[in-house]
Amino acid sequence: MTWSDTVFLLPEIILTLGASALLFVPLIGERGAGRSAKWWTLVILGITAASVIVSSNAVVGMTQTATFAAMFALDSFAIFFKLLFLFAIAMVVLMSEDFLRESRYSPWEYYSLLAFALCGMMFMVSGVHLISIYVGLELMSLSSYILAGYYKNEQKSTEAAMKYFILGAVSSAILLYGISLIYGVCGSLNLADIDRAMSTMITNDALMVGIMLLGAGLCFKIAAVPFHVWTPDVYEGAPTPITAFLSTASKAAAFSIFARIFYSGLHHFQLDWSSVLATVSALSMIVGNLAAITQNNLKRMLAYSSIAHAGYALLGIISLNAMGIRGVLLYTLVYVLANLGIWAVILMLRRHEYAGEQVDDFDGLYRRAPFWAFAMVVFLLSLGGIPPTAGFIGKYFLFAAAVQSGFGWLAIIAVLMSAVSMFYYLRIVVAMYLKEGAAAEVSASGSLRFVAAVCLAATLFLGVLPRPLIDQVTYSSRRLLVRALQADGGR
Amino acid sequence: MDELTQGMPLVVFLIIGTIAVASSILVVAMRNPVHSALFLLLTFLCVAVLFVIREAEFVAAVQVLVYAGGIMVLFLFVVMLINVRHLPEERVMSRFWKGGFAVGLGIFILFAALVRPGVYHDPNPNTKELRTVRTYRMRNVRQADGTVIRKRVARPRVVGNSEAVGMMLYRDYLVPFEVISLFLLVAMIGAIIIGKRELSADEEETTPAFILERTETEREVKESFSA
Repeated sequence: MTWSDTVFLLPEIILTLGASALLFVPLIGERGAGRSAKWWTLVILGITAASVIVSSNAVVGMTQTATFAAMFALDSFAIFFKLLFLFAIAMVVLMSEDFLRESRYSPWEYYSLLAFALCGMMFMVSGVHLISIYVGLELMSLSSYILAGYYKNEQKSTEAAMKYFILGAVSSAILLYGISLIYGVCGSLNLADIDRAMSTMITNDALMVGIMLLGAGLCFKIAAVPFHVWTPDVYEGAPTPITAFLSTASKAAAFSIFARIFYSGLHHFQLDWSSVLATVSALSMIVGNLAAITQNNLKRMLAYSSIAHAGYALLGIISLNAMGIRGVLLYTLVYVLANLGIWAVILMLRRHEYAGEQVDDFDGLYRRAPFWAFAMVVFLLSLGGIPPTAGFIGKYFLFAAAVQSGFGWLAIIAVLMSAVSMFYYLRIVVAMYLKEGAAAEVSASGSLRFVAAVCLAATLFLGVLPRPLIDQVTYSSRRLLVRALQADGGR
Repeated sequence: MDELTQGMPLVVFLIIGTIAVASSILVVAMRNPVHSALFLLLTFLCVAVLFVIREAEFVAAVQVLVYAGGIMVLFLFVVMLINVRHLPEERVMSRFWKGGFAVGLGIFILFAALVRPGVYHDPNPNTKELRTVRTYRMRNVRQADGTVIRKRVARPRVVGNSEAVGMMLYRDYLVPFEVISLFLLVAMIGAIIIGKRELSADEEETTPAFILERTETEREVKESFSA
């Protein structure tokens, strides 16, 4: 470790300084009721994004991407996800403006906590050591618990934060126990060392229990059945911009470490864990989609749908092949785009704190705001995986990966459940186009329009011209695959 | 079998371990919060002794100073400040205690069954590991084929436990250590946000009358001056 290694950490250092600066700005004379907070945050995110690019150019061509005693790696996989998180958080910041203005809560701490959560995500996706992954995960989770309870005077929000906190703490304990068992068996927590230790190892039950506990802890974070019970309550109770954050950025971060740990650390025992994860994946798709049908509250419906999407994304991890890892990256991206768009449209409909979240609120949206109704249709089709949208590409990769590695039955369940999911997505479309609604106006502020328009353009563009994205994803997933394929004899 | 699981250390471990488990059960069973806190203190001290048995003196000292010293004093301070002498006489056990007990026992048996000789990476842990510092040097190293390259070479050196932990924490685990400091900062911000009292709209309407009167008087005084 030398002084020049700090270039690896440059984005995190800048973001940490920025997030702390956000706490100090109101102390040194900003009296505009925090109207400039949004711009400060966006500038900090922009500088961080630029520094991600600068530092990634600095490390291009280095043989060793891990540094700081092999704790922290800046590889193409991490860079892909860092830029994705930065994009998602910037969109959430833009969405939060109206909520903060109406709710009279201080915007500075809110944006600062979002930035700290982002910092945690960036540390965890760069972590190649289970301890650094874990502390990053905890930094993200702790910020999310506080943000979920940001409506302090609303009982639902406090309840959501409490549930999220307690279940999150339990899941962290499970995760840590799994990590400690893996450490006991392998003698190291570094993913490369774990990989090396496992390559000469035969199955033993302490290791299996360790991997299961680690997997259970991660399944809590991505909300897969049977560890999903917190999701609907937390998504419903949290302030809507925070729900958007939890269901996009936070989930993408959990997927990224899931993929990294299972692809580059634990792949030798794929035969042992894949059957268990396949069951989890099948249950998530079935329970998530069937439960979503019965919901009238849109936030709960999207919560169940996000449980189902966790099941789809698990397909890419279970299959452990080139298609699979590309599928996870692609799917995470298109899922984040579609979901951010949907939350932006929901926020346009909200009139006061919790409105705009029943399916009825969408009645007759076509007459009130034809363009945003169309955007909503595109986002829902993308979540359902219908061809002209980006969602199709993601699902295609995941399902093909499952078939390639012999999980045909799981792919069949996934296709059937996608069909089921179209039922409740189309319910919203029917409400928007065929029903008569109250003539409440749509209060689309500039930033909400911007978020929805960007997500709409990206969803359509990537659906029609997916080539550049697929190339990028192939490049970004290369390094993770090298190890997994070496062990497999290049399947 | 290593020497620490035999003879005197084993006897001490069994005694102290039993006290630790018993007192941690008493922490949740006591009705008087002060008693609970004192049993928690006893648990912390027993854990410190367990660390000493494993020759991790530094962690033991930190355990006593930070947990037994700092955190417990805060606990006791708060308990005495809010002056709760006895919890109300209600059921201590949940209705589901039988099920919970069965699940707990099952998990205990599962975990106990995992701990067998030969399962863990290093069945004879080298206790010197806890007191070794590796310094790295760039050296010229002759390869097998005769070429000489510059390479980082580790040189282990036996030092005290505190120094070994310090080197580990501030060099190998530097990044996670820094992230934990951010974690504590976020925890503090969160506590302030939750603890801070926001005035809601109806509270502002019911601002105490004397404050309104005072502003009224101030305004009158100002007006009389300007007149």
